[in-house]
Amino acid sequence: MAVELENVGLTVRGAVHIHPTSLRLERGTINVLLGATLSGKTTLMRLLAGLDQPSSGRVTYDGRDMTRVPVRKRNVAMVYQQFINYPALSVYENIASPLRVQGVAKAEIETKVARAASLLRLEPYLQRTPLELSGGQQQRTAIARALVKGADLVLLDEPLANLDYKLREELRAELPRIFGESGAVFVYATTEPSEALLLGGNTATLHEGRVTQYGRTVDVYRHPHDRITAEVFSDPPMNFVDLNLDGSHAHLPNGQNIPQIGTLQGLASGSYVVGFRPNHVAVTNRPGLVPIAGKTAVSEITGSESFIHVDVGGFRWIALEAGVYELNPGTDLTIYLDPARFFVFDGNGRLVRAPQSEGGR
Amino acid sequence: MKSRHIILGVYLVFLMLPIYWLINMSFKTTTEITTSMTLFPTMPTLQNYHEIFTNPAWFDGFVFSLTYVAINTVISILVALPAAYAFSRYRFMGDKHLFFWLLTNRMAPPAVFALPFFNLYSAVGLFDTPWAVALAHCIFNVPLAVWILEGFMSGVPREIDETAYLDGYSFPRFFVKIFVPLIASGIGVAAFFCFMFSWVELLLARTLTNNQAISSIMTRTVSASGVDWGLLSAAGVLTLIPGALVIWFVRNYIAKGFALGRV
Repeated sequence: MAVELENVGLTVRGAVHIHPTSLRLERGTINVLLGATLSGKTTLMRLLAGLDQPSSGRVTYDGRDMTRVPVRKRNVAMVYQQFINYPALSVYENIASPLRVQGVAKAEIETKVARAASLLRLEPYLQRTPLELSGGQQQRTAIARALVKGADLVLLDEPLANLDYKLREELRAELPRIFGESGAVFVYATTEPSEALLLGGNTATLHEGRVTQYGRTVDVYRHPHDRITAEVFSDPPMNFVDLNLDGSHAHLPNGQNIPQIGTLQGLASGSYVVGFRPNHVAVTNRPGLVPIAGKTAVSEITGSESFIHVDVGGFRWIALEAGVYELNPGTDLTIYLDPARFFVFDGNGRLVRAPQSEGGR
Repeated sequence: MKSRHIILGVYLVFLMLPIYWLINMSFKTTTEITTSMTLFPTMPTLQNYHEIFTNPAWFDGFVFSLTYVAINTVISILVALPAAYAFSRYRFMGDKHLFFWLLTNRMAPPAVFALPFFNLYSAVGLFDTPWAVALAHCIFNVPLAVWILEGFMSGVPREIDETAYLDGYSFPRFFVKIFVPLIASGIGVAAFFCFMFSWVELLLARTLTNNQAISSIMTRTVSASGVDWGLLSAAGVLTLIPGALVIWFVRNYIAKGFALGRV
């Protein structure tokens, strides 16, 4: 099945929640909705499911117009960020619930529930009620319910956000496999760029109710069409700086000049915005890097890596370096940029140049 | 430690004394009550209770009252359930005002409504039936039930409703199978409050019937030989029992009920 949004927009009491959006999500694919909180991920999912009605445009499943079809008549499953189950029913009945409504035979319900329970390792808890389970088990119950239904469209709205770290990693690896077999259109909302990259598939980046870009996850990551997409798809946040090019040199706002090399090479004179990821800011020199003088603002040590916040002429950049760097705030620090890794945007935020992918395609 | 027990003991005696006295009197003869003050019945008798259970004038009063109380509780809950769901889940024009207006109904004294109800029910032939009292009590009980149920319903995440629709439930099926079990304690508490109000209410029950309700029978039992204290006490004890029974069922939720479900 292919789910398609055609110019779907949502305006509530004069406030635009979703700008007119067109998206085509194919069967058997993972589609990640990536954006910050309040960027419209959940709203877009609710429009896809039919829990909310769009104020303009059409939603089609396989070409059939579903815009006015009520939720219960569509074959859709959804898992919320909060653990939503029926508290009065046992885990078994929770998972069996959509099948019971469909009027599936008892024996078939038993085999399907047993299969889902074993996939999600819920077998020991089937006779308990959801509130007697841990958060992770509750969410697995909700996922199992979405799974047994065999829905055409599976929506997961930040399903792992409220789980502990280890369980997240485990489930994140399993989810695409579990739902992949069903051949459903699989939509996964997340705030974390790393989660989108781990899931692969396609990604739509959202910003303030607008889909800024949709494509293969890796393509969006490597070739963001504009500055906003690059910002959304970067964690830790991407560093930005305004540059003035004169044909041979780039002028930084702090008065420093760097030669027009890397992705800047051959660009016409004018003002540009350059973005680069924190892992491409070094504190030790290597050939091909350009030094910039700055001052340490904060350094955070996460273990094997250090985040170093550096003030450079009114800009604050973040450098991500392997190893432990203990730097006192206010100390002078020379950082090294790699012009070959610059994303270059024009004055309107459109991408002009992207770095060559490391290691090729 | 000791003083705490004493204070609690004094408080309990203070609370229980009238009830004890009522039970005490119900096992005495009227002569004993009026002639001497005794802590225990000197000649315990079941005559008072026997009189109530055998004399239709008394017994039918209990049946009549229980009938209209039951009818009223059922109507109030059935009407309040959809109303409370609407207030809890939907936004519509004037919803907050309407919700508050419901509660203001409880602020009017029953006497205000007695006259119009009396006239109306006489006109349509409802006078002196259990339905008259049951319907009249709805004006106080429906708003209360709506408020209590709304509080309990708003404690259920909206996402549960949506999950049920996603699972394919129709609204009626979802409401009965999924939603009602989730607010079962709320329904119990609301039913309790309706029961209690209707059971103890005197003015409407007396005005709208020809002295059939037990509460009104009790207040007019003055015979030629004066007040029959023993008989009245026995009736009083029997009147306490239904309330005590109902409160036992909802004892764990009663505090939440007094807070209109908003705890």
